[in-house]
Amino acid sequence: MVELDSHDTTAGEHRSWRSAARVRAGTARGTGGAARARLRLGAAVSVLALLVLAALLVPTLSSAPGTVDYQAVRLSPGPEHPFGTDTSGRDLFVRSLAGLRVSLLVAVVSTAVSALLGTAVGAVSGSLGGWADRLLMRVVDAVNAVPHLLLGIVIVALYQGTVLAVVLSIGLTHWATVARVVRSEVLGLRNRPYVDAAVSSGAGRWWVLRKHLLPAIVPQAALSAVLLVPHAVFHETALSFLGLGLPPHLASIGNILSDGREGVLLGAWWIVAFPAALLVATTLSVSGIAAVWRDRVVPTRRSELAL
Amino acid sequence: MLRAREVVAGYDRGRAVLDRVDVVVPPGAVRGLAGPSGCGKSTLARVLALLQRPWSGTVELDGRPVRGARYSVPAELRTAVGIVFQQPRPAVDPRMTLRQVVSEPLRARGIRRPWRRVGELAELTGLNDELLDRMPHEVSDGQLQRACLARAVAPRPRYLICDEMTGMLDASTTAALVRVVGELVNEEGTGVLAISHDEPLLLAWAGDDVIRW
Repeated sequence: MVELDSHDTTAGEHRSWRSAARVRAGTARGTGGAARARLRLGAAVSVLALLVLAALLVPTLSSAPGTVDYQAVRLSPGPEHPFGTDTSGRDLFVRSLAGLRVSLLVAVVSTAVSALLGTAVGAVSGSLGGWADRLLMRVVDAVNAVPHLLLGIVIVALYQGTVLAVVLSIGLTHWATVARVVRSEVLGLRNRPYVDAAVSSGAGRWWVLRKHLLPAIVPQAALSAVLLVPHAVFHETALSFLGLGLPPHLASIGNILSDGREGVLLGAWWIVAFPAALLVATTLSVSGIAAVWRDRVVPTRRSELAL
Repeated sequence: MLRAREVVAGYDRGRAVLDRVDVVVPPGAVRGLAGPSGCGKSTLARVLALLQRPWSGTVELDGRPVRGARYSVPAELRTAVGIVFQQPRPAVDPRMTLRQVVSEPLRARGIRRPWRRVGELAELTGLNDELLDRMPHEVSDGQLQRACLARAVAPRPRYLICDEMTGMLDASTTAALVRVVGELVNEEGTGVLAISHDEPLLLAWAGDDVIRW
């Protein structure tokens, strides 16, 4: 049974309303949960901020990440090179952060592509209904039916070796989940009394979509987009690791891991361990932020529906 | 006049809520419709407001049958019939100020700055400038229902359907809104269908012209 904290009247109506909504939504969270969520959010935000800042600043401020030095091949981590060096003698600290920058950029741009495409398809599908809805949902099913990585490989193969190809291959395979979320939101909204009132006063489909439906689904669409970011980072990494992704000279986490394979066989574990740790830390912090956000958005929506 | 002819309508297939209903709303008069909960009053309101397509039968607007419902009906016909719902809160978008709510019918038809007309409507329904700039959650049910009435009459509908419009309101707001609707009937010749389960109110509002279900 969920334990509800007893709020006195000065404790702020806002919070008690929120935990009440959570109880109704069936999420078992009391006060301890709220404090833990705040802690989790704080930790995730600071880790992500640190990583993004490092990825932006370190490669810019230090020597070029691509500097090859055959005098310093596979040096283990030490004061000179905190993450060691790779099989070409490049400093892994700088190179990993440069790689993180590229991977994050590709992930964010391709997530934006997915989010825009998914929102457009979902909103049109949900608000038109009828045969247009059925057709679009079958397209969504088809995209979902093919493994994302496989479809991504096909798209990359068509335009090999460009950053755009990687962005598109991730963007064009991940919009379907966003489209589903947006569509179901629109279906729940389009027969609300305030939409009826707008229709009765002469508003057209486009007006209703623009003024009532889209503003209402922005939080949900944005949330499902943020949940895609870690996924997109992994996809970029996987494509580059397979040698299909970003051009080899461009440092990305996937390229570094791919290069690091031979090093690992020679005992240089750091070539894989540190970039992989950066990747895991980044994705965990993004999904941590998204999880806290979801807990906030979803009960709000439910309490709004209960009106 | 606004007329439902032989209308059969409902929600679940095979269980009609309205079974061959005939109702006439003449212009320039208030016609009352009384009946217990669940007898189909609101369904009739939705059909007459062109929000729901009847399974069979037709809605006639000034003698001409209207085909379809919602978006498939031309906007000029939809704006000819206004509707006010019982509950004001779900009937307004929580993200819009009252000014945006009241002006929506005009802006949706392409009038960019309908502020003079909004001023008239606010005065008619007893809203002031300060209230118009508030969000729905910052006003009372009565104030919100005033805004809903203002919105419904903004495009100057020839017919107005008040579906339990005063069901959630206190006595003084009820009296004020009934008076506003009365002014529209007398001055603009609006035809009103007043739906309620409160028969004494309907008798005061519509005189003897009350249909009982």
